[in-house]
Formats: sequence, structure tokens, C-alpha cells
Amino acid sequence: MSQVTLKTLSAEMAEISSAYTAAGGDATVLHKHELASLVVSGNRVLNANGTEGIVLEKHETEHGVDIKMTIKKGYKIPLPVHLCFGLVPKDGLQEIKMDFVAEEDSAVELIAHCTFPNAVNVIHKMDARILIGKNASLKYTETHFHGPHGGIRVIPKALIKIEEGGSYCTNFSLISGRVGYLEFDYSVDAEKDSICEMVTKVYGKKNDKIKILEKISLNGENARSVIKSRLAITDNAESEFRGITEGRAPRARGHVDCMEVIQGNAKAEAIPIVRVDNPLAKVTHEAAIGCVDKKEVETLMASGLEEDDAIDIIVKGMLA
Amino acid sequence: MSRDGKKILRGINLEVGDQEIHSIIGSNGAGKSTLAYTLMGLQGYEHEEGSLTFNGEDITKLTITERARRGITLAWQEPARFEGLKVRDFLAIGAKARGGITEEELREALIKVDLKPDKYLDREVGETLSGGERKRIELASIITMKPKLAILDEPDSGIDVVSLKEIINFIQALKENGSSVLVITHREEIAASSDKASLMCEGAILKSGDPLEISEFFKNRCIPCDSRASPPKVV
Repeated sequence: MSQVTLKTLSAEMAEISSAYTAAGGDATVLHKHELASLVVSGNRVLNANGTEGIVLEKHETEHGVDIKMTIKKGYKIPLPVHLCFGLVPKDGLQEIKMDFVAEEDSAVELIAHCTFPNAVNVIHKMDARILIGKNASLKYTETHFHGPHGGIRVIPKALIKIEEGGSYCTNFSLISGRVGYLEFDYSVDAEKDSICEMVTKVYGKKNDKIKILEKISLNGENARSVIKSRLAITDNAESEFRGITEGRAPRARGHVDCMEVIQGNAKAEAIPIVRVDNPLAKVTHEAAIGCVDKKEVETLMASGLEEDDAIDIIVKGMLA
Repeated sequence: MSRDGKKILRGINLEVGDQEIHSIIGSNGAGKSTLAYTLMGLQGYEHEEGSLTFNGEDITKLTITERARRGITLAWQEPARFEGLKVRDFLAIGAKARGGITEEELREALIKVDLKPDKYLDREVGETLSGGERKRIELASIITMKPKLAILDEPDSGIDVVSLKEIINFIQALKENGSSVLVITHREEIAASSDKASLMCEGAILKSGDPLEISEFFKNRCIPCDSRASPPKVV
């Protein structure tokens, strides 16, 4: 059993815990020894707690932290691993490099909260390499909270490889507070019998700018994938979505599903791209951009809600 | 009420009494749903002439929300899909105005439309439900709302024939709980269980009165309806 605990009960930990809560997380999980967790504020690791089956290495750099997490072969981690990345000051740069490996036949769920509650001039970059080994499973849920100012640039990039029989599910959510500028770029190579599900949910307001690029290459026989994107933009926000799925092997199946709701002067562009170079593969897509469904709004108004409240419930439902 | 320069409703004179079940029957295109939407005040279905009075108050110019807050609500023929909205939250919305709803009331509302609470309360009112299930949930929302006037547009639409009796019982239960009910229907059985019925044709109410008599008249005199070629005389 390997357990690494490096706990700094400082004011900074209290601040980041508070910000973690603001992002929708339960900060108490960051202090439980039985749960694996990692807390990074700026370029400082405030808390790192591993559990059996997890090897966690971290290295503080000038502007961030390099992290390597390995789930050992055959280990099914029973409880989620909680990650918190954030920057409490209003200015700053945070660069996170992540190297995640889920070894053969392992399973893990990672729950990450990225919080920048006071951001006025903040850049958060994440560069991730994720390897899901043979018959391994990795579920990654990432929730962002950027505060009310919109002064943040968030640039997450990830290269993911799913080996034979592996499974990767990711759910990226940025629906509270402002987005600022988001440039999301995930690319997946899926091998034989693997499964990949990528979900992004973003709510842009004021002059937020959202760019989402998701690409899945179904390289192996019977590989299956879904890209699901739900975006709501209002005011003068802008969004660009590219969802690319490539079917390159027999019985590979993929689907791209993008739904966007726009209000005010917002501008949205959605381009699902499907490429198939194997006659036995099949990839489908759907994309819809439009205002909030009138019947849904009027149904809720007929229940006594004001129009704005009805729209708010519908948009939040879509992003839930 | 007109659309593209053509009058959709004309000369409507309709009165629904307190705790009365009033059926509106008529062929497709008679204007029954348009009447329902106009009474609810939906966008694009505004009054052009005449007035609408509810409990002595002129509500002709009121918005949907304002009408709903006075106790009027509408169940659509084809219910909306709400992605991500859980059944329990949807049912609670209508009860908000009267101070909220208990878990027990939520469960009872679903049981009354023959849905198992444990199976449905935490599901989405979206794509995971069939049209019939969504219809039942919409009817359950009418129960939780406890309206003074429930306008039900084809409440049996999408629900299997064996459930027709349940729909009739549901309408009766609304009445017993203090609601007036205006039912848009093609079903003779539903019309026959009403206190009063009106027959609509070409945007007008042809005849109002005893539901059995109106149903019989509809069956024998209006099908097939050739009124488009020769508009009927309003009685």
C-alpha cells in the first residue's frame, strides 16, 4: 500500500477549499484519508493523498504542476479520486501537465473541480496525456467555476488513447459564472472494442468566447463513440463547435450530437464532421442551433412561471 | 382570432361553470385546439375581438403567466420534451405558486396517472420517456397545480385505448378537487362523461348542451363533415 500525504492546513488551503465548494464540490472529501485526492493552487500542491492501487507523483514547476497518476494493473478503485485545480488571486498563470495511465484491467473515476473564483486576468492551461490500457476504464468529470468577471483564458488540451476493450467517459461542465475564453481541444484514438463518450456542457454569457474541438478516431474494429455537446450562449457570447469522428475499422460506430441554444446577440457555429474510410464502419451526426423551444417555454408559463424564469429552467435542464 | 388573414375562430360564445366538465368536440381542423390556445393566451393566439372573463375579471389582455397565476392552465395534445428536467422538478413547478409540494403529493400525483413514483420521479421529462408517459406526466402536473380551470387538449392522445377509463376518472377527480375542466376531445366516451358539451365546426360553436345529445349530433350529422364546402349555420 502506498500512501502519500502532504497536507498544508494553510490559509491558502482554506481559500481553495472555499473556491472548490463554489465550483460545486464538497470540500470535505479533500480531507478524508480514505479518499485519494490532489489539491493544486497555482503552482503549489497543497494536498496529495493516494490510496492503494494509485501511484501519484507531482512536481511543482515555475507556473504550475506536473502530475503523473498511475492506476495499477487490475486495481478497481472503489471510490472516486478528487482533484482540485485553482487559482484564488485575480491575476496569474497556471500550467498543469497531466500524465494519467489506467493500466490493464483497472478502473477509476476522477472528479475534478477547477476553480478561479476571482479571475480578472488569469490563464489556466492544461496539457494532458491519458492512456487507458486493455480492458481498463476511466471516467473523468471536470467541473469549472470561473467567477463573475470573465477575465480568464482556459485552454485544456488532451491526447487520449484507449486500448483494446478500454472505456473512457469524460464530462466537461462550465455552466456557473462566466466562461471568459475557452479553447477546449481533446483528441482520442480508440482501439478495438473500446468505448469513448465525451460530453461538454458550457453556458456562455456577455462577451464570452467558446471554442470546442473534439476528435475521435475509431481505429479499431467494433470501437464505439459518442460526442455530445450542449451549449447555451446569450448576450454577445460566441461559440464554435467542431465534433469530428472518424470511422476507420469494421463495425466501428460513432455519433456526434450537438445542440446549442442561443439568445440575445449571441453567435453560434456548429460543425459535426464525420469521416469514414472503412465500408463496414458507420458514423452519424446531428446538430441543432436555435432559440429555446417555444412550447417548452409556454408550458412552464402555463404553470405560472415568468418567461425569463421558464427559459432559465429549460437552459439549465439542457446543461444539467 | 385569425391567421394569415383568415379567421380561425369566429363568434365563440362559451361559458364554463364552476366545477363543470365541459367537452369541446368536433372534426380535425374545427378550431378546438386553437380555442384552447386562445383561452390560455399563447403567443400568436391573441384575441382580436370580444373578451374573456374569468371569475368576473376581464383577462383578455393578460399574459400566459398572469392567466396561470389566476388558476388557468393547459395540458397540450403533444407535451413538450424537457431535456435534463426531472419529473419531480417539473411537477413541483406548478405547485410553487401555492407554496410548494410535499414528496407524498408528488407520489400521489403520479399514482393517479398510473405511473410508479419510484420508477419515474427522478427520470427526465425528455427523450427517455415515451409520448404516452410524457402525456401522463403532464396530466400529473395538472394535479399538482390544482388549477381553477384546466384546459385539456386531447388528454387521451398517445395513451392506449384501455386507459380511456383512467382518463375519464382523472377528469372527474379534477372536478372533485375543485377544478373546472374544459376538455378538447374526439372521444364520445369522454364527451359523454362531461356535464356539458359543445360542438365546434369551422371555428365556430355550432351547438352546446347535453353531452349525449351533442355527441349523437356530431356522430350522425357531422361525419363526414362537408362543412368546408358549405359552412354550417351557427345555432
